[in-house]
Amino acid sequence: MRTLYKFNGGVHPPQHKAESTRQPILAAPLPALLTVPLQQHIGAPAKALVRPGDRVLKGQMIARAEGNVSAAVHAPTSGTVRTVEMRAVPHPSGLRDLCVEIEVDGEERWIERRPLDANDPGVLRHRLRESGVVGLGGAVFPSFIKLNPGNRQKIQTLVINGAECEPYITCDDMLMRERADEIVQGIALMRYMLNAQEVVVGIEDNKPEAIAAMRAAATQSDAPIEVVTVPTIYPGGGAKQLVRVLTGIEVAADARSLDFGVQCFNVATAYAVHRAVHHDEPALSRIVTITGNVAAPRNYEALIGTPIAELLRHAGEKPDTTGHLMGGPMMGFDLPATGVPLTKATNCVIAKSRALFPPAPAALPCIRCGECARACPADLQPMDLYWFAKSRNFGKAQEFALFDCIECGCCSYVCPSHIPLVQYFRFAKSEIHAREKEKKAADTARERHEFRLFRIEREKHERAERLAQKATEKLATLQAEAPSAETNAKQAAILAAIERAQAKKAGIIPRNIDNLPPEKLAEIAEIEARRAQMAAMAQTKDSKAE
Amino acid sequence: MAALALALGAVLGYAALRFKVEENPLVEQIDAILPQTQCGQCGFPGCKPYATAIAAGEADINQCPPGGEEGIQKLAELLGVEAKPLNAEHGVPKPKSVAFIDENICIGCTLCIQACPVDAIVGAAKQMHTIIAAECTGCELCVAPCPVDCISMQVIPEKIGNWKWRYPVIQIKAA
Repeated sequence: MRTLYKFNGGVHPPQHKAESTRQPILAAPLPALLTVPLQQHIGAPAKALVRPGDRVLKGQMIARAEGNVSAAVHAPTSGTVRTVEMRAVPHPSGLRDLCVEIEVDGEERWIERRPLDANDPGVLRHRLRESGVVGLGGAVFPSFIKLNPGNRQKIQTLVINGAECEPYITCDDMLMRERADEIVQGIALMRYMLNAQEVVVGIEDNKPEAIAAMRAAATQSDAPIEVVTVPTIYPGGGAKQLVRVLTGIEVAADARSLDFGVQCFNVATAYAVHRAVHHDEPALSRIVTITGNVAAPRNYEALIGTPIAELLRHAGEKPDTTGHLMGGPMMGFDLPATGVPLTKATNCVIAKSRALFPPAPAALPCIRCGECARACPADLQPMDLYWFAKSRNFGKAQEFALFDCIECGCCSYVCPSHIPLVQYFRFAKSEIHAREKEKKAADTARERHEFRLFRIEREKHERAERLAQKATEKLATLQAEAPSAETNAKQAAILAAIERAQAKKAGIIPRNIDNLPPEKLAEIAEIEARRAQMAAMAQTKDSKAE
Repeated sequence: MAALALALGAVLGYAALRFKVEENPLVEQIDAILPQTQCGQCGFPGCKPYATAIAAGEADINQCPPGGEEGIQKLAELLGVEAKPLNAEHGVPKPKSVAFIDENICIGCTLCIQACPVDAIVGAAKQMHTIIAAECTGCELCVAPCPVDCISMQVIPEKIGNWKWRYPVIQIKAA
């Protein structure tokens, strides 16, 4: 028997899980049009490889992973690419993002597949990157990165998360009940890649069928897999909380569980790893719970890009639905519209009604009762964080470990004043992120500006140096050409010619004036004097102009 | 005692040389707060000269429109003075933008390249120019020199990548 540890706080909200577990997983009907977003993961968006009009086959890569942290995107079925444009995506902002729209031809024609067997871990990781396998528990972080132990210490424990603590969501539960063997095969692959000593599967005790199925599958496997029942408490399925319950290790916000020899994956991710490696089936579909205000709540296996509205229609959405949640009621967000497509992150869609989700009462002032601190599974003081976030005192919020907050919503759930605490924390976190980004951009700009100033100065310097060099060169050549006798004679001749010309100019004297009468001579003298005067005036003018 | 004093003096003297502060640290601290757009709206040829002027008491803290009220607040905190509203003489804060060159109109005169304080424009004489949007600080210094008015400032749109959670709006009355 394994020693289980506890974490602080947690809550017990109504579970609402029974509704959607009565029916087995159903393959959703093929929609006519799939809208596949190019960013369904943490990291850089995938780069589109197709253009409108292209024919695509099921499983064909339509966008490749860009950069280190990224994941590829594939055509979920065969058809024709209609557009590669901005479309509404499931995101709390309601903004659009780049998507590939595929007109489904209904033939489900596969691209050629090359299943892998036991192989080098690096080859397997590359396969996962190329297959677009990301964490399906909700964080959608590319799995191949987490499966690289690097040169760090040995991985002691591989934790597989089947806790599924959030109300309403049952997609992992149903997957474990129906496909435990395949999950276990995926787990074995992960254990091999990480070279982990032991594997612990944590499942909450409200899922006896899943526990039984997983135990049966685990005994069939060669890998040492232990299925552990953990108590049902929200958020016991948070990666950090589950790691703490199973191993007693506490991981801080700025650390990775890998540094403590622990790595954690969701059961659905293990299943996706198995499909990608053993069947060469990229991440084309996922299990999604459609529940809440619908006639037949259940789990669907739906293709990525399926309009959520179609799934809701299939489940019989009731007319008095007031809105839709993606994810659970604790951590999910309101969908801006149901026309948005299913993505790798969509584990659950809940149709809201006034009966199921009565409008939140008006928020009242904080009375500092401390209920939130008692409920916080991350050992924080939400009432203080709230104060700092509200007053935009972000530095102080960070000092109080804002980034250890997992946004589980326990504090908001227990708050007697109904303060939307998590919203404040999300606001503060994204403001801090934006500021850090701005700071980085400013540092780059400073560096570039300083380099520009340095460059201008350097160019000036170089030009001056070049000119100086030229001048010295010229001087050197002049000195090298020592004045020879021939050039001397030439120069003397030129000078003599100039002198002659000048003398000629100055020496023009009126001729034939010997026999003139004195009055005429006087007239000539007067004219000569005027001429001389004008010449003198022109001279002074010239010198002035100069 | 004297030997000890001498020894400590030597250590201090060495430390003063070894860990010498190159520049006025206050200038560095002020410069770290300024947004580094290098736009010159403050009346100085760049953020560093403005920071130097503030440190020397020759400029006021409310002359930087891109830094906005928050920048003034931070400067006031750093310098221990009263914050004041932005001086409208130096311009008003605008949404963050990047320059955009209409490449059909550009004649390749290189005037904008010479004006750009962060070398964010690529091009050569009689060749089309283009902005490196990621490096552009939105200073607008390239707009005026363009002889054919082919440069415009475009506000950076809100995308999923730069979207921020909003400040929560609290309902006063239950809906």
